[in-house]
Amino acid sequence: MKASLRLILAVLFVGSFSIGSALAQEHSHDDDHGHEQHDDHSGHDDGQHDDHAGHNQADHSSHDQADHSDHGEAAHHAHSACDPHEEHGYDPATVTLGHIADANEFHLFGHFAVPLPVFAYAPGEGWTIGLSSMFDHGHTAIDGYVLNHGRINRVATPGFPMDGEVQLDSEHVTTKSIEVNGKVKDVGFICYDGNEYQLDAPSTLDGGMLGGGLTSFYDFSITKNVFTMLLAAILLIWLWTSIARKYKQREGQAPRGVQGFFEPFFTFIRDEVSIPMIGEHKYEKFQPFIMTIFFFVLFCNLLGLVPFFPGSANVTGNIAVTLVLAVLAFLVTNLNGNRHYWEHVLWMPGIPAWVKTILTPVEILGLFIKPFSLMIRLFANIAAGHIIILSLIGLIFIFGNSGESFGGGVVGVILGGAFTAFMNLIELLVAFLQAFIFAILTASYIGAAVEEHHHEHDEDVAHAHAH
Amino acid sequence: MGAIGAGIAALGAGIGVGLIGSKSTESIARQPEATGDIRTAMILTAALVEGAALFAIVVGLLDVLAQG
Repeated sequence: MKASLRLILAVLFVGSFSIGSALAQEHSHDDDHGHEQHDDHSGHDDGQHDDHAGHNQADHSSHDQADHSDHGEAAHHAHSACDPHEEHGYDPATVTLGHIADANEFHLFGHFAVPLPVFAYAPGEGWTIGLSSMFDHGHTAIDGYVLNHGRINRVATPGFPMDGEVQLDSEHVTTKSIEVNGKVKDVGFICYDGNEYQLDAPSTLDGGMLGGGLTSFYDFSITKNVFTMLLAAILLIWLWTSIARKYKQREGQAPRGVQGFFEPFFTFIRDEVSIPMIGEHKYEKFQPFIMTIFFFVLFCNLLGLVPFFPGSANVTGNIAVTLVLAVLAFLVTNLNGNRHYWEHVLWMPGIPAWVKTILTPVEILGLFIKPFSLMIRLFANIAAGHIIILSLIGLIFIFGNSGESFGGGVVGVILGGAFTAFMNLIELLVAFLQAFIFAILTASYIGAAVEEHHHEHDEDVAHAHAH
Repeated sequence: MGAIGAGIAALGAGIGVGLIGSKSTESIARQPEATGDIRTAMILTAALVEGAALFAIVVGLLDVLAQG
């Protein structure tokens, strides 16, 4: 087993150097097409506004307001997305945040991307179904949907042809900071027929953090994250059923092959996580749940470290995914809570009544803070790891002055490559550690909920606070 | 401001995790037979301390992103 682990480490070490070159191509492509980040507020075409006044829709008011603020401020530098404009070079923040976000295609390099199924639904308009390759890398709009850096957006400005295929002027999506309902937001704009059209926010939970919000459509597509989760689930089901069959076939014999590779993990979860935290008598009921949590998080973490097609999705670094995992942990813990658990939460025995009035609200808050911290811990650890790796890769483009300085680029490749290889090894450790921590904390919460009262002598970290 | 806040959070968590590490190493040196239990408790406590720091870092990140 040690030999195979060393082999995997070696492969990852070598592989991490190749990420540099793979991402290099991807970034230089992004730069070619301008990662525009304008601070100026461009005026909308007034003629266009009048033309389509009849198409009043719900989002028109916010558009109107945006329009208004446009004219109020920064009119000194009128500059439309449709004008030819100079390139702005490499912007580390936009590129990094773009790469940790979810997407509707697996971007490989240049104009090569692995397409994914699209299922978009707009109320009143119905379904749009197809492959993400139908957007032709952003050149084509379908039913008012366009591809904005790999993510499906919908055109919000009235007057855009919302039915069928429409050829756009270019695949550029210009991002500008404009004021919407009193808040400054990054909004995308596309060009069609010489006019500018505003894009709606993407439809995801993480879109709230990365500049989204309310939107006019629902995106049920198989995105990168969904694809990777399905892949992890299929891998787990396939591996586990075959290993379970092996255990039945070879009962009483030493484990062999894949079974032998995974057996230390199984016994580790049982002997170091479930039994100490839940107790020898009750752990069997929760063992499948703890194992599922551990291996699902582990597989998603490891797939997220693979920089190309089947991996590359930031699944456990997406707060929506960790939210669902935490909600599952919350439900399993509290639905299995026994009388003693609820007594300790609601009316702690053995303390004065006035203390209980303070302690009970704190304990009830604690019920929710525990899964909340599970959610934040996993999300922040994985997202931070991805951000650090992408920033180190970004050194290449900062040193290389966005492709203008070859010598600087070489220094960046050596420096950024070495740091990236180092961070990848740390992330490998973090992938295992965070899966372990998620599993052991879930087990300790479950252990506190099912613990019998007379077990007070074996105090451990998990339920020390309950006494 | 977000970056400064994240830095201060990392400082506090660093002190905390450092204390956990030093004390658990001492405990293992004193009682090598309890290594397994001490390690589990150490990782668990470190995860809890780190969680507090990560809350602060997420708040700092939101601050940075909200400013655009």
